[in-house]
Amino acid sequence: MKKLLSIFAVTVFAFSANAGTLDDVKNRGFLKCGVTTGLAGFAAPDDSGEWAGLDADMCRAVAVAVFGDRSKVEFITTTGKSRFPTLASGEVDMLARNTTWTISRDVNLGFEFVGVNFYDGQGFMIPSSLGVSSATELDGATVCIQTGTTTELNLADFFRLNGISYEALPIETNDEGKENLFAGRCDVYTTDASGLSSTRAAAADPGKWLVLPEIISKEPLGPLVRHGDHQWGDVVRWSLNAMIIAEELGVSSENVDAQKSSNVPEVLRLLGVEGSYGEMLELAPDWAYQIIKQIGNYSESYEANVGPDTPLEIARGLNALWTQGGILYAPPFR
Amino acid sequence: MRSNLNFFSDEKFRSIFFQTLVIGLFALGIYFVVQTTGYNLEKRNIATGWRFLSDPAGFDISFSPFINFKSTDTHLDVYFVGVLNTLLVSFCGCIAATILGFLVGIIRLSSNWLLVRVAYIYVEFTRNVPLLLQIILWYSILIQLPRVKQSLEFLDTFFISNRGIYSPRPVFETGFSYVFIAIILAFISSFIIRRWAKKRQDETGKQFPVLSSAFGLIIILPLLLFFIIGSPMSFDYPALKGFNFKGGMVIRPEFIAMFLALTIYTAAFISETVRSGILSVTKGQREASASLGLKKSWIMRLIIIPQALRVIVPPLTSQYLNLTKNSSLGIAVGYADLVHGFGGISLNQTGQAIECMVIVMATYLTISLTISVFMNIYNRSIQFKEK
Repeated sequence: MKKLLSIFAVTVFAFSANAGTLDDVKNRGFLKCGVTTGLAGFAAPDDSGEWAGLDADMCRAVAVAVFGDRSKVEFITTTGKSRFPTLASGEVDMLARNTTWTISRDVNLGFEFVGVNFYDGQGFMIPSSLGVSSATELDGATVCIQTGTTTELNLADFFRLNGISYEALPIETNDEGKENLFAGRCDVYTTDASGLSSTRAAAADPGKWLVLPEIISKEPLGPLVRHGDHQWGDVVRWSLNAMIIAEELGVSSENVDAQKSSNVPEVLRLLGVEGSYGEMLELAPDWAYQIIKQIGNYSESYEANVGPDTPLEIARGLNALWTQGGILYAPPFR
Repeated sequence: MRSNLNFFSDEKFRSIFFQTLVIGLFALGIYFVVQTTGYNLEKRNIATGWRFLSDPAGFDISFSPFINFKSTDTHLDVYFVGVLNTLLVSFCGCIAATILGFLVGIIRLSSNWLLVRVAYIYVEFTRNVPLLLQIILWYSILIQLPRVKQSLEFLDTFFISNRGIYSPRPVFETGFSYVFIAIILAFISSFIIRRWAKKRQDETGKQFPVLSSAFGLIIILPLLLFFIIGSPMSFDYPALKGFNFKGGMVIRPEFIAMFLALTIYTAAFISETVRSGILSVTKGQREASASLGLKKSWIMRLIIIPQALRVIVPPLTSQYLNLTKNSSLGIAVGYADLVHGFGGISLNQTGQAIECMVIVMATYLTISLTISVFMNIYNRSIQFKEK
């Protein structure tokens, strides 16, 4: 009996010993990153089947920081509902999945948001033929809404506040929302404005759809990890910060090699020429250099995935650097 | 050593020993799971407890025919809305599946070649295609119906679109309660008449037209009263206002898809049960009753069905249980049942996965056991009573 109990005890220990995600990832040889089931511009397979997007770049940046290789990442799709259990159970090492940073998720669910990679807000999309120009005119409309999201709660608040009624049509994925909206089962689709732009870009005739001007919420979207593993949290946090700082310092994938001989001290620290920041994070000395070399700085990732030249056509807006009228700001690299 | 061996060769001791061992291992297993879960939850800083049940839900549920749900109501209210929606679709499904199942089962034993073939194809097709696909198929068909502005309309009262079927809603005015009381009285008196007629038939052999008199009592009496006191009922007609129809009643496509899929799928199984039940009654019973000069419809009603029911009811019970549990697939089309609302949205908004799942599972268990209890009582009442 004693032996049996000790076997159980060992198993319990083995099951629960999950501190040290960084070591787990290194031992495994690749990063497991939770992303959406497909949201163009953020994380969706491109024409060649490669995952692409702002969130996908976030995953790749972490993989580069750990392995120096952008391909060492396995993308695991999660729905709005499955994302948190997937992360909590250790099935993925991190989430980069259009997830809004809220107090209850940060505190009660046992996660840690490491930063914001996209400042978003909730909007409404309607067929332009409806002739509606403001969300307050939506009294009585049927609204498609992804369940288990903050947008679901904002929606209820917004209609309550304005004293107008609506019918919620709960859906699970962005694709389901698209299908129901295009079929006319619902009048309005509401989600983060970036998601609406992505959905509109995917429509057969984008001109037939209108994103209403109201933004009814703050939706800071960012990568998150399990609470309590600070070392791993730091790796993800500074992978994101490195991309933002690189943009601020004017370091891009094209000039990164030349910048190694820059005379700006922070550039030298960032690229691992001076200081031992890589060692502090238990990463290679040139981890940030590799991120910039292989992925690019924040601006490059933004412009390639969601910027004005992409089908999503989202201007930088809030997501511009703090020096350029936005609120994108990373702590100093020292 | 020898005495030890003897101990184990004692059948009674052996059986007690192994049973205790199995129970012990089972208890240990449960203990292990509970301990590990608790330990891991604590380690990951996930708060546990039931407090979230009284927190406001914060989201809306549109399909709530019984409770007027608002986003300020609690997660516990979400639970009740879910339970009622689960019961609604299960109840409607069980009734419709029983009727359709009996019909198809009897058709498959008829002598009409075409009908038999059609019934056969229906049963084989629906039984062998996963239910989830059938639900999604029905839903996909339903959302291809015309949009709300181009609704199909019938007599300006019924409207069909991909938002559902709108129909007038009866509005009961003062005085309607008399009609309601009359209906209840009619039911009670029909019941008394039935008992009296049975007793008289047992004693004298004379028959009384129970069915037609009950029909007269239940339908015609309240209807007469209704008109005498001046039709105290009006209708609220649906009308297209703004984005949607306002007023009237609506049956949503999510409900229709679930109802159709569950009914059609389960009825195929029930029809096979019914067929086997009828076939289990020996040919001699039929011949014997025919030789007594009974009418054909009487033979079915008085001789065949009562005996067939003994075979039909136990598997029928498990079909009812299956249907109820299968209603949890409503999540695929956004039908606001227990799993979708409380076990899905509440779970996800609060993060209390284990608590929500325990409640949902306990609820299904309770519903299933309740169905079983009633079906077992019914089963006992139709069993062959040995004199």
